[in-house]
Order: sequence, then structure tokens, then C-alpha cells
Amino acid sequence: MTGETPRWEVFIRPRAGLAHKHAGSLHAADAELALSAARDVYTRRGEGVSIWVVPSAEIAASDPRTKDETFEPTASKIYRHPTFYEIPDDVGHM
Amino acid sequence: MSYAPEAALEGPSVSVAPPPDHAPALRAALTDWCVRMGDDALVLGHRLSEWCGHAPMLEEDLALPNMGLDLIGQARVLYAYAGALEGEGRDEDAFAYLREEREFRNVRLVARPNGDFAHTMLRQLVFSAYAEPMWKAAANSADPTVAGLGAKAVKEMAYHVRHSAEWVIRLGDGTEESAARMAAAVEALAPYAGELFEADATGALLAEAGLAPDASELEPTWRATIDAVFEEARLTWPEVRFPATGGRSGLHGEELGHLLAELQYVARAHPGATW
Repeated sequence: MTGETPRWEVFIRPRAGLAHKHAGSLHAADAELALSAARDVYTRRGEGVSIWVVPSAEIAASDPRTKDETFEPTASKIYRHPTFYEIPDDVGHM
Repeated sequence: MSYAPEAALEGPSVSVAPPPDHAPALRAALTDWCVRMGDDALVLGHRLSEWCGHAPMLEEDLALPNMGLDLIGQARVLYAYAGALEGEGRDEDAFAYLREEREFRNVRLVARPNGDFAHTMLRQLVFSAYAEPMWKAAANSADPTVAGLGAKAVKEMAYHVRHSAEWVIRLGDGTEESAARMAAAVEALAPYAGELFEADATGALLAEAGLAPDASELEPTWRATIDAVFEEARLTWPEVRFPATGGRSGLHGEELGHLLAELQYVARAHPGATW
């Protein structure tokens, strides 16, 4: 079955103005059916206003074995975190 | 708007606005029409629910009952409104659970057994390609409850057309096996399509009064949808020599009795039960 129906990653935009977020994955024969299945699997409770599907095989991922060199150098640079600012309530999604 | 879908899911029963002051003959005809449309929706919705836990893949296991719930939601409003029009105190449950087979007015197509996936998807396409233009027209009804339901149902049916058409195209124009199964489904179900468009006095009266569409006028739109899908699916709609009919007057095939036995069992074994 999975030979004819490869895996797709599903991204849902919950509301206008927000970015698409990864929601999960599913199997489907092609993009049209993947969108249809994503609608039925991931937006049944009104979760979204837009759907993207991407073949899982097309996603290039960082190598877990390089996580030390990839991510650790940022750990000591706390000045990059905008936690010293107060964000006014009127500013929407930040 | 006299219809709130979310409220329909929460409460013990659907509430509909009191009907406008229709003339008695129109009121009776609209009651019949609500029962017909409600029976189509309930029976097909039940058939789709039978796939729950049995579909060939998880994605369809959710999609088919999703579509079933769309239809059952429509049936609830139609039955509640039929009860309000009739004025004899019957609620949606009385229509769904406490009528005999011969009192059901659905077309025979919707009661046809699920068969394989090709049968289920073709049955869905044949029905929703009729129901989409039907509800689109009903959204302009002079009756506010019918119009409100039409506006909601037309979107649901548009999705059912899209979803089932995608499968019919892929199975019809797929492997040797899937094409053969799809062709068999077409042979088996084609005789049941014509009943959707049968004209009768009820339809003519309601169309004249602007309350509900005349089913017989929907066939060209339906045909255009089917032709477009079939061309892509490399399927041919056969010449139907012996059309199946009788459902609208309560003459059904054996399968409806079996379906109702399962659908009505709990409500009849435990009258008035709530949970």
C-alpha cells in the first residue's frame, strides 16, 4: 500500500495572519488526494483555513549526528533572545 | 438563519424555526419533501458510517464517516422540520427510528450495499452530483429553513463530489484490477440513477411555489458532472434498459430492511433511552 501511497507532511494555517505549522503526516497517492485526506484527518474540528502538503521524501533534514555543532553554539548567546523587551498587548501574533 | 449546526451536535434534538404560514397543500408537500430528502441523507449517511473501522486506509477511514456525518446532520434538520410542518409532535428520532421500511421515501440508490471501494465511491459521486445542484437551488427557497439548510449543505455536497470524483478517476483510469472493478460498479449502479430525477406532483407543486427545486430539472447539471468525471476516468455510462424505481413511494429492495434493522435496533430495544 505505501508503495503506491507515499508519505506526505501536512502543514495547516490555523488563522489568517499566522504561518502554516506542521500538523502531522499521512499517506496518499498524489497531491490532490493528499490535500483531501489532510482536510479530513487534520481539520475536522475547524483547525485550519489553509493546507499545504509536501512529499516527505522532498524534505531535507538536518543530521541528528551533527546536532552539537549545529545547535550548541547558540546556547551561550542569550543576548539574541528578545526576552528583555515588554511586548505591548496590542501587538498581535509575535 | 434558523439553523445552527454546532447547536445541532450538542443538544438532544435539533431545533428549527416554526414554519411560515404555508397553505395546507403546500405544507403537506413540503413535509413529504423533507422526509424524502431526509431519508436519502440518513440512509446514505448510515451506509458511509459502515466503513468506519473497515476502510482500506486510515485517511479514508476518517473521510467516509466525515461525509456520513455531513449527511446525517442534514437528515436531522430535515426530520425536525418535517415534524414541525406536520404538527403532530413527531421529532427527528420518530422519523429516523420509528418508521417501517415501507414508510421510508429514499431513492433506492442510497440504500445499495457498500460493495467494494469502487461501488461506494461511484454511489457517492452519483448522489452528490445530484445533491449539490439540488441544494444550490434549495438555498433560494422561499422557506427560510430550507434556504438555510441549502446554503450549508451545498458546500458539503461540493466536497463529496470532489472527493468521490477523485477516487472514481483514479480507480477508473488506474490499474487493470481497479478499472475492472470501477466498470463493474458502473454497470451495477447506473440503473439506480434515474430515480433521482423522477418528476411528480409534489415536486411540481413545490417548484411552482418556489419552496424546493424540481428534481427533474437537475438532470442536465448532473449529467455534465458525470460526463466530465467519466471522460477523465475513461469510463462510459451505459444505456440503462431497466431503470430501478419505487423508493420514493416506499417500495425498496431487500437491503433497506437489513439496514434499518441495524440503524433502529437500539432505539427500539430501549425506547426513549438517552446517553
